[in-house]
Amino acid sequence: MTAALSIRNLRKTYDNGFEALKGISLEVQQGDFFALLGPNGAGKSTTLGIVSSLVNKSAGEVEVFGHSLDSDKAKAKTCLGVVPQEFNFNQFEKVIDIVITQAGYYGIPRSLARERAEFYLKKLGLWDKRDQVSRMLSGGMKRRLMIARALVHEPQVLILDEPTAGVDIELRRSMWSFLREINAAGTTIILTTHYLEEAESLCRNIAIIDHGRIIQNTSVRELLQQLNTETFILDIDPPQGAVPSLNGYPAKLDDDHTLVVEVEKNQGLSRLFQELAEQRIEVRSMRNKANRLEELFVSLVDKNLATEATR
Amino acid sequence: MNSREIFIAFWTIVVKEVRRFTRIWPQTLLPPAITMTLYFIIFGNLIGSRIGEMGGFDYMEYIVPGLIMMSVITNSYGNVVSSFYGTKFQRHVEELLVSPIPNWVILSGYVVGGVSRGLGVGLIVTLLSLFFTDLQVHHLFVTVGTVLLTSVVFSLGGFINAVYANSFDDISIVPTFVLTPLTYLGGVFYSIQLLPEFWQGVSMLNPILYMVNTFRYGILGVSDINIVFAFGMLLVFIVALFSYSLYLLQNGKGIRA
Repeated sequence: MTAALSIRNLRKTYDNGFEALKGISLEVQQGDFFALLGPNGAGKSTTLGIVSSLVNKSAGEVEVFGHSLDSDKAKAKTCLGVVPQEFNFNQFEKVIDIVITQAGYYGIPRSLARERAEFYLKKLGLWDKRDQVSRMLSGGMKRRLMIARALVHEPQVLILDEPTAGVDIELRRSMWSFLREINAAGTTIILTTHYLEEAESLCRNIAIIDHGRIIQNTSVRELLQQLNTETFILDIDPPQGAVPSLNGYPAKLDDDHTLVVEVEKNQGLSRLFQELAEQRIEVRSMRNKANRLEELFVSLVDKNLATEATR
Repeated sequence: MNSREIFIAFWTIVVKEVRRFTRIWPQTLLPPAITMTLYFIIFGNLIGSRIGEMGGFDYMEYIVPGLIMMSVITNSYGNVVSSFYGTKFQRHVEELLVSPIPNWVILSGYVVGGVSRGLGVGLIVTLLSLFFTDLQVHHLFVTVGTVLLTSVVFSLGGFINAVYANSFDDISIVPTFVLTPLTYLGGVFYSIQLLPEFWQGVSMLNPILYMVNTFRYGILGVSDINIVFAFGMLLVFIVALFSYSLYLLQNGKGIRA
């Protein structure tokens, strides 16, 4: 089966000499929900910019559903819908005009464009705002407007560059559910995000990019299996004045009621509870210190930073 | 994209452009109407009545074609330069860049938008001039052809200016320091026959002189220059500017990283 997106040896050097991409290659399969992660300045937006034709590449090849961005550009572009990080619509146009105009750029007749605009604006809760000038919308609404605009030509691949940045939790959840819905209907979704909880919750496959190189490209499941250590926060009773000695479990006290314990994957939790019980320490509640993917992400990026320093 | 889709995309840009300048008509259509009416009153009626004839015509009759052309030039240029720079500034040029529209269609859409405003304002000024003088069209083809080709040339010029512009100051430099002086010195208010021989020669280097005089020939039947040469020059300008604009779009100059 043809890949939804195929990138081979993609390079980008900006005019100021900064090498943003150092020959990355990756494939996103049809129907996938794919996350491209990385710290700020790692090359995520440059990669998506090249795929969306907003940034000129220095070298390499990009294909969308088998259509080359070099030799079959129009077809490749028709397969893509793009939701950028920054608001990039006319602030003086009405919401509905922005969506219908975008459909026109793809050669969609006005009557069909109007139908689709109505469908997607209703889906994204913007139909009531259709006649409002776009600059009057809230930040979350503007983001949803960009999603409606990107979907109006019904692309096979939807690219979202940090779609939920600055969006409140309730709206973020509703956007997740909408994205899951369109992914289930067959649209391949590629997103970048800084919320690793978002990637863990939504995506099946992940690539981590850092310093212009792909340092990890695998499924979320396999990635999480690499996680050796998890940190747990235990709410304990009675209060402790000093860190209890837990054989083989590195621990520290945040305060006299809060014990932070690192647990390796092969250690399990039973023996930890046994140790605590022996010292008559009761565990009232327990939670993970951080999102699991976040821990792994930080460790991979740190490791890559050390590698980059030796290059 | 097939030809029908290309036409829809082209028409979408044209409609968007026309909607833009008609929505802000107090900034785009009203000012030239007021300015030109003042020109007609002050230069045509008050001062013109003391000047007498120019090129065998009343001074008012003589300056009307030049003033119409001046409105067409500034408005065609101004429409594309401000619209396309605004598109860049607000980043909604990205809406076009991610879509499959060929670059020549994007360019043509903006040019037709500029021509629409240029011709629209030209028509308003022409109608206003009828309150001050009787306008006879001596040669319809030359009149329409000149005004159309001139507005295409200046729409393309506005597009190139917008591509290079990095600030709002950059879009007013050319109209203020290049277009306005060249237009005023392009025989709008006088015949170059009035100038000493040396300055006549210098004036012949001003392309706007050819446009104004060709248009004046279309209306009055008199001209300081060769009409065929002027048409040839307009066509050369269009081909050169269109090709250069396409090259800039193709390379993403000023619009792609």
